[in-house]
Amino acid sequence: MSWEIVIGLEIHAQLSTKSKLFSGAAVGFGAEANTQTTLVDLGMPGALPVFNKEALRMAVMFGHAVNAEIGMTSVFARKNYFYPDLPKGYQTSQMDDPIVGIGHLDVTLEDGTTKRVGITRAHLEEDAGKSLHEDFHGMSGIDLNRSSTPLLEIVSEPDIRSAKEAVAYVKMIHSIVTYLGICDGNMAEGSMRCDVNISLRPKGQEEFGTRTEIKNVNSFRFIEKAIHTEVERQADILEDGGKITQETRLYDPEKDETRSMRSKEDANDYRYFPCPDLLPVVLTQEYVDQIKETLPELPTQKAARFISDYSLSEYDAGVLSSSRPMADYFETVTQTANDAKLSANWVMGELSKLLNQNQIEIANSPVDAKNLGQLLARIKDNTINGKTAKDILLDMWNGEGSADEIIDKKGLKQVTDTAAIETMINDIIAANSAQVEQFRAAEPDKQKKMMGFFMGQIMKASQGKANPGIVTPILMKLLKG
Amino acid sequence: MSLDKQDVQKIAHLARLALTEEDASEYQSSLSSVLELVEQMQSVDTEGVEPLSNPLEMTQRLRADEVTEENRRDAFLANAPSTEAGLFLVPKVID
Amino acid sequence: MLEQNISSLVQKLRNKEITSLELTQSYLDKISELNPSLNSYITVCSESALAAAKEADIAIAAGTAGPLAGIPIAHKDLFCTNGIKTTCASKMLSNFVPPYESTVTAKLEQAGAIMLGKTNMDEFAMGSSNENSHFGLVKNPWNTDLVPGGSSGGSAVAVAAGMAVATTGTDTGGSIRQPASFCGITGLKPTYGRVSRFGMIAYASSLDQAGPMARSAEDCAHLMNAIAGFDPQDSTSAEVETQDYLTNLDQPLTGLTIGLPKEYFGEGLEQGVADAIRQAVSEFEKLGAKIKDISLPNLKLSIPAYYVIAPSEASSNLSRFDGVRYGHRCDEPKDLIDMYTRSRAEGFSKEVQKRIMVGTYALSEGYYDAYYLKAQRIRRLIKQDFVNALNEVDVIMGPVAPTTAFAIGSKTDDPVAMYLEDIYTLSVNLAGIPAMSIPAGFSNKMPVGLQIMGDYFTEAKLLNIAHQFQQHTDWHLQTPNMDKGA
Repeated sequence: MSWEIVIGLEIHAQLSTKSKLFSGAAVGFGAEANTQTTLVDLGMPGALPVFNKEALRMAVMFGHAVNAEIGMTSVFARKNYFYPDLPKGYQTSQMDDPIVGIGHLDVTLEDGTTKRVGITRAHLEEDAGKSLHEDFHGMSGIDLNRSSTPLLEIVSEPDIRSAKEAVAYVKMIHSIVTYLGICDGNMAEGSMRCDVNISLRPKGQEEFGTRTEIKNVNSFRFIEKAIHTEVERQADILEDGGKITQETRLYDPEKDETRSMRSKEDANDYRYFPCPDLLPVVLTQEYVDQIKETLPELPTQKAARFISDYSLSEYDAGVLSSSRPMADYFETVTQTANDAKLSANWVMGELSKLLNQNQIEIANSPVDAKNLGQLLARIKDNTINGKTAKDILLDMWNGEGSADEIIDKKGLKQVTDTAAIETMINDIIAANSAQVEQFRAAEPDKQKKMMGFFMGQIMKASQGKANPGIVTPILMKLLKG
Repeated sequence: MSLDKQDVQKIAHLARLALTEEDASEYQSSLSSVLELVEQMQSVDTEGVEPLSNPLEMTQRLRADEVTEENRRDAFLANAPSTEAGLFLVPKVID
Repeated sequence: MLEQNISSLVQKLRNKEITSLELTQSYLDKISELNPSLNSYITVCSESALAAAKEADIAIAAGTAGPLAGIPIAHKDLFCTNGIKTTCASKMLSNFVPPYESTVTAKLEQAGAIMLGKTNMDEFAMGSSNENSHFGLVKNPWNTDLVPGGSSGGSAVAVAAGMAVATTGTDTGGSIRQPASFCGITGLKPTYGRVSRFGMIAYASSLDQAGPMARSAEDCAHLMNAIAGFDPQDSTSAEVETQDYLTNLDQPLTGLTIGLPKEYFGEGLEQGVADAIRQAVSEFEKLGAKIKDISLPNLKLSIPAYYVIAPSEASSNLSRFDGVRYGHRCDEPKDLIDMYTRSRAEGFSKEVQKRIMVGTYALSEGYYDAYYLKAQRIRRLIKQDFVNALNEVDVIMGPVAPTTAFAIGSKTDDPVAMYLEDIYTLSVNLAGIPAMSIPAGFSNKMPVGLQIMGDYFTEAKLLNIAHQFQQHTDWHLQTPNMDKGA
């Protein structure tokens, strides 16, 4: 039987606020256990939540970015369940009235086509703490630093039909939230986590099959692998005439398998009700409009502008706009070097190669965009050639100074003085009379090949600094005598 | 509305309360009598009446995004039944 | 010395006729004498109280004292007090020492009041008789065979028996007013949101409100001046300006319109109570007030609505007591579930567990609309009744409870009968309006409380009305004869 894959995603994006969703404790990754907690985050008796203004602004920004309805009145609700990392015995979330309502996102796929994915909703909620499973005399340790950290849960419609589409969608969300500056997008640290809902149905069938939910997948690669693995598992069951159990599963990347999380099966009556310690969040149209005005250029808009303003190819524009730091870097390079194509090639080529080799994010590049731009400007004004520039970039990477400083220090300035070049060529002709004789006797098309020898000599003599564009005509003239 | 013992055990489990057989029958009758009392509500027509969850119907105030709290871990951990290395200890958590 | 009101005590302290140290010591002596039989305190803070009294004397001498400097008071044991055990009268929290302070207790401390200790209550404020405390029941000083009312029973008894000048209480469905009525003292439940709930251990968040309990309306006004006001730490705190609650006390009542809801005088109301209330109302007529008969047609529904909303919120509010970060944990839990279920079953009394289960049920899948949402709709009807009535009259009066204090043990087997006791008080919490209980006579030798209910944020008006009554009557000055009673 031929199956159609149906996927819906829930993405939890941690909002980049300074303090927590409902308390004045600091938000941060990697702090010592339980040092970023207040009585609110610990669920102490008598503690009360007060809502963070910035989390609201960020959620509304996201709503605009996915063309969604903004919830003019949103309500916090309690989701009640017991778990040791959930200090109050309930998670403060939003149920019936989320801050972001129905929206959509146009996702560009690898083959260049566009797929529209519906956004069901996005709501604000607080994160839970962490259970540490190292052995403390047979017990687990609870760290509540993450408790009450603001999350935006972004729920998609079951519009996605393949692992590739799922990854493209998550990447798109990733680039939007990072563009907006509302999430650092660091998946390894859990700043963005995905729950993937997967079901299969026979091709052509309207009705959805029974789905499973794979919790907390935390990299693009694992999303793809987890989907493949789960689809295969479900297909095997269905082909054998079996039934899929609706359940929560966990993806184990080491074994490349998904397994049932029995612990979560127990508590599925969450008894949602409006949180009586918080009041409805009511927005004015003015506030919502104001935030819309502050919205930065988003990835698709930026790519379109790169194509029209810089005449970049669709592919280059797509790569360069995929993340805001990358796009910002590219634009600064271009503005300094004044050559978009050259800048695009270098950012996507030499620089990206170095960044990948050293596993450094572009935002932390040891060579900043202005410096790279100056280096490329020196290519453009013929001070250096491309090959020398590559060497200089390495020196810059290693902290030896700016492009101009290195050019000066190492005397790498390209020789463009025709008189000097003529002198150099005459010296080489005098020193290689035999080769010159051969050249003069050869047929014109052979002569072209023999030029390489003289060119090499000149480059050697000039330590690579002779500008080939200037050398070639002079050399030709002098050789022909 | 009256509850059977199984209902009571189910509710107790949701609320994480351990009940003995004896407790369960006791709660079965006391919960049922409360539910009977509550049943009076059904006699009123509330069609079109908006639920009221806060008597003043105020709206949520917003807090500036500032870190206002210092680390007071030791003071908070002092009340915990079992701790180690700054963590609250609980029986093994199985995901 | 123990029968003084706050105004005259403040005067005497400033004139150095007495010192706070002497005053505090005399209250501590009274506690030593009476608490063993009445059990109104869970914790007595003798040392810290005397130390604070000494400081208050210094501050008074230096002229830097706050308005309540040196006045000994006590707090219901659900206000978190930094470094002092706060139990909520529960085994669950019997060893809980909060490292933080509630706004109410912090404000009273700032005003200079001396904390004598923490008063007994129904566990987690769930009860109307103070028989439901891990630390034992509290007795009514007027007749120790009777209950003091609840849940703020310990606070009411402390004032009535002269073991504190004034106390704090909380009122979720009548928990300030009913014990005030049963013990012959004055209590005020302010408008929801008038007093901060920060650091107050929650029973039902949308109903809970803290307020003062004292001998007189004037004493309550002193406490209100300290505790009322906006608190940025409580999202439900009202950003409405406070008044000086003492300045309007002497306003005459001429032209005041009092509404008497017929539903407050119907079936179930004890004759002696009805007589006392009628008598009090005619006293107001003598003071220039006009009486108008009104109706609050949905009053009866307040009981079922309350017993859905309060347990629902409580079931969630009390989930944090899980034996992980504080509170009781059972011995040798074999796994997580065992830790949760046994710690909670051992830590909570049966009444608390019952309310948690009622709430859990009301919120559970398939029942939410029929119970919780229905109750919230009825809540709006009840609020609307009060809004309509208060468009016609300035205040509403009636009894606080259908009877005077009842015998210990007489209603413990019939919880629903106990719940019906709250018929006149619950609706006020559902609507969120302010209400007072003031002593208004006796029935069967036990005090009767008159309830005065007003519009939102009219606490100053209620205190003025109560004060005028107390200027012309002496019910609030009656005290139990402890030699005979105890």
